Amino acid sequence: MHELSIAMGIVEAATEEAQKRGVQVSAVHLRLGALSGVVKDALLFSYEVACQDTPLAGSRLIVEDVPVAVFCPQCQEQRILTSVQAFICPECGLPTMDVRQGKELEVFALEVQE
Amino acid sequence: MSEPRMIEVRRNVLKQNDVIARALREQFRAAGVFVVSLVSSPGSGKTTFLEKTLTQLQPRYRVAALVGDLATENDALRLARSKAPVKQITTGTLCHLEAAMVQNALQEWDLNQLDFLFIENVGNLVCPSSYDLGENLRLVLMSVTEGEDKPLKYPTIFNSADVAVITKNELAVAVEFDWETARRSIESVRPGMRIFRLSAKTGEAMGSYLDFLVEQLKEHRAVAHI
Repeated sequence: MHELSIAMGIVEAATEEAQKRGVQVSAVHLRLGALSGVVKDALLFSYEVACQDTPLAGSRLIVEDVPVAVFCPQCQEQRILTSVQAFICPECGLPTMDVRQGKELEVFALEVQE
Repeated sequence: MSEPRMIEVRRNVLKQNDVIARALREQFRAAGVFVVSLVSSPGSGKTTFLEKTLTQLQPRYRVAALVGDLATENDALRLARSKAPVKQITTGTLCHLEAAMVQNALQEWDLNQLDFLFIENVGNLVCPSSYDLGENLRLVLMSVTEGEDKPLKYPTIFNSADVAVITKNELAVAVEFDWETARRSIESVRPGMRIFRLSAKTGEAMGSYLDFLVEQLKEHRAVAHI
């Protein structure tokens, strides 16, 4: 379980961005890829712990799940995988490893109070 | 209280790790050392596999290893029998290695004096997948005793790896290991992945895997112009 150290990284990044702008954060929006290796529930739990005694205490973590998208060389299209257990084009069935999306672990936006 | 306002920041949470990993990769390129990281579950035979790898490469190549472990130094002691330089990274309670730990551990080593560096991650198939260590090749190891569907249970780590090694093949018959099912599981989460099936204990098929590493070293140096 490495979600606590990831949560601490989120708090650190968000705190820094908030201080730069002189704002109070009420929520942090995170983009979380299905291939990021991070478990959402464990991260949400860890976030509360990581926020304690920081300027972000009491803020919420809002997670946007990002599915894996691959590029299919046969269809010449980007496709969303239906399962991370099968790296095949959902339309034509061709195996593909050309991952275009799904590894995100990104603090996307902050909700702030002036 | 006023309405909340949204500010877009777009910050990669692992940026710090990624920056260090990139610096390490550049350092490895400049020194002409080929760096292989090993990930597996606890008990899959990673240390035995690495010990045999070091021992068999050593007559022809300069090899060294970093070993991540939660608490003990047992793995480093076992690997020291290969006579290769080995350094332990004790992570305490941390379940994975990070690029900064690798950087710290390498401070006293002259990378120019090495051909291969192996980094054994903490036995864990979940957490190490998120962290780039600057390695040139990530090898995922599983043993025949673990079950053919392991790749489907841990798709992220298999997907993030470059090659798969299935070891303890000397036990395959006893545990009724189904090679075709295992191969299909790997192919499903990582199409086209190179797979080696071997026994570190008996030495069976270690040769083709070691030849592969040597080829990789040559390619690495050709690209790096060394």
